[in-house]
Amino acid sequence: MNKPLPQDPMMIELIKQARRHQMTRRTALAGAGAGALAIALAACAPGGSNTKLTPAKDISDTDKSLVWHNWSLYMDQADDGSYPSLEKFTNETGIKVEYKIEIDDNDTYYGKVKDQLMQGKDIGADVACPTEWMASRWVNNGYVQKMDAANIPNKKNVAPAYLGAQFDPERDYTLPYQGILAGITYNKVAYKEATGKDAPGSLEDLWDPALKGRVGVLSEMRDTIGLILLAQGIDITDANSLTEDAFMNAIDFFKGKVDDGQIARIKGNSYSEDLNNGDTIAAIAWSGDTVQLNLSAGEEKYGFFIPESGTTISADLFTIPMGATHKRNVEELINFYYDPANAAILAAWVNYVTPVVGAKEEAIKIDPALAENQLIFPSEEFIKNAHGFRSLTGKEELAFSKAFQEILLGA
Amino acid sequence: MAFAAFSSGSKTDYKAPRKQSVIVAMSLLLPGMVYLALFFITPLMSLVVTSLEVPDASGEIGRYQYGFEIANYWTVIETYWPHIIRSFTYALVATILSLLISYPLAYFIGIRARKWPLIQKLALALVIAPFFISFLLRTFAWKQLFSNESWIVTTLQEWHILAPDQYLVGTDFMVIFGLTYNFIPFMTLPLYTSLERLDLRLLEAGSDLYATPAKVFRKVTLPITMPGIISGTLMTFIPIAGDYINASRDFLGSSDTQMIGNVVESNFLRINDYPAASALSVLLMAAILALVVFYVRRSGTEDLL
Repeated sequence: MNKPLPQDPMMIELIKQARRHQMTRRTALAGAGAGALAIALAACAPGGSNTKLTPAKDISDTDKSLVWHNWSLYMDQADDGSYPSLEKFTNETGIKVEYKIEIDDNDTYYGKVKDQLMQGKDIGADVACPTEWMASRWVNNGYVQKMDAANIPNKKNVAPAYLGAQFDPERDYTLPYQGILAGITYNKVAYKEATGKDAPGSLEDLWDPALKGRVGVLSEMRDTIGLILLAQGIDITDANSLTEDAFMNAIDFFKGKVDDGQIARIKGNSYSEDLNNGDTIAAIAWSGDTVQLNLSAGEEKYGFFIPESGTTISADLFTIPMGATHKRNVEELINFYYDPANAAILAAWVNYVTPVVGAKEEAIKIDPALAENQLIFPSEEFIKNAHGFRSLTGKEELAFSKAFQEILLGA
Repeated sequence: MAFAAFSSGSKTDYKAPRKQSVIVAMSLLLPGMVYLALFFITPLMSLVVTSLEVPDASGEIGRYQYGFEIANYWTVIETYWPHIIRSFTYALVATILSLLISYPLAYFIGIRARKWPLIQKLALALVIAPFFISFLLRTFAWKQLFSNESWIVTTLQEWHILAPDQYLVGTDFMVIFGLTYNFIPFMTLPLYTSLERLDLRLLEAGSDLYATPAKVFRKVTLPITMPGIISGTLMTFIPIAGDYINASRDFLGSSDTQMIGNVVESNFLRINDYPAASALSVLLMAAILALVVFYVRRSGTEDLL
């Protein structure tokens, strides 16, 4: 429906009508209405047919360029606004990268590109980095191209934790760009004042009456409900354990906490503002933001911990849409960022979990203190309790998201 | 009103060169018509078509096909009636509040300040000044001012107006406050234009006939400024009913304050339920249209339509 509308036929039609005879306002409106209906119907013509999509022709050999859609604050950036690691890539390979910050939210991004994506047309990017659950939808529906492993020798460096996903076990279609670890971020001083304890020890501690109205959670369903499910002893990686009943049970629990006012904020990326101005004292949050929050506070104001019961780990994934015409160039780009030295540059700046083995050793050379940061280079011990939310079938996704959204809407 | 007054006085036997005037009129109308057809009628049709769609066989999220599912409308009314009622309640309360705040303000600027043109201009500028800053930023600033640790909230808690675990952001009060604040200029300006044109000699005549100031206001000022009140209330009520920024969880609202706009956003973007989102939009439009027609009929100012 968002496609550009053909303007000319309509203009011609209107002009013809205007010339043909004297026109009352009513007939003019009727004419315009009929024309508009035709356009509306044409614009809504069924797009997502179930025909198998085929990759667009790869013109990488003749055109050394690519377009990349990514999230904000997700690339090392110099003070003058340039991206040093991308410049390094261009110097090494001769491939020019048009780096665009286009993704603000998985759902809105999907809404923006889906019409082209579903038809295998160019979405304006050769590579995009949606979050795992969105990427799995793309892979399952055949919207993305298979990568050629031979062109990505550094693929061997992918951390084993990222292999074995149900929708793409061998990472043939997707590769992690950055890992996203959820957990609980708390304001150290305020938490102590409110509860008398030094630090929360479990998810249970967020339900302490002393924190009523000061608890935040993410509007990302898989993280918030995932943590609750884990605390209830559900294995979120296993379809036999994470059944619809188990999910709805966790939803009921969550609804109870929202209704009684314990959870006051349910937010996406903007949750860090609430931690910043003191509205929330403890929140289900992402590790990388905690690093950023502490950096901007200038001190270790916020603590981050992973409940013993477990937390969720996910990733934003490199994907090459069917309509992308520079697949080979993208593979070179991915190969570049899977070189531990380059991954270290990136990790040092974006503060998310790097999926590249060996990046830590490289980071030590840049900044030893940084390499010690468990949030960027987590030890095995640190993330042993991190699990990936299992992939959902289309029907489950619809039912689960609906139930979750209904709580957010207070229905 | 203005039009009626104008046309009744001009009964001259004027004959336009018929053919030419039609062509001129048509060519003048054309851009507007094309604009309306492309950016109003087409989206409207597409909205109605979408609102009747049914899920396709795959059952996947966001996959719909043509249908004629009138039941979509019942489903959304059934599911979201609290949000519909809430939206109109908020809109009504915020509109009345902004009228109560704006009328004295506009009265001061339009009548009292006539003696001091400089003050009049300055006061008008102050009313418009907030427009220079983005709507989002202003709303966000209120969120910061009323945040849980702000002095406003802590003082209210000390005075026991709020319980120690009660806060302002995310409450009905906060959302209505934000809506009222954001739409006051839309109320003040139409009121000002009608008050500014008010002939003060009429008020003098009223008091010469021994009417009390209150009676003068009720019998003279209020009826004359009625068009201003009507257009002001319409210009606030309609956008407020569809607003979703103030009530959004990212700004002044919480999951207890979601309005129709938020429901549409959630259905459209989060669960990709396009038919439900479209049906709600159509309903909102129809409800507003019905209310406006009723309101304008009742207040006897059809000329505005």
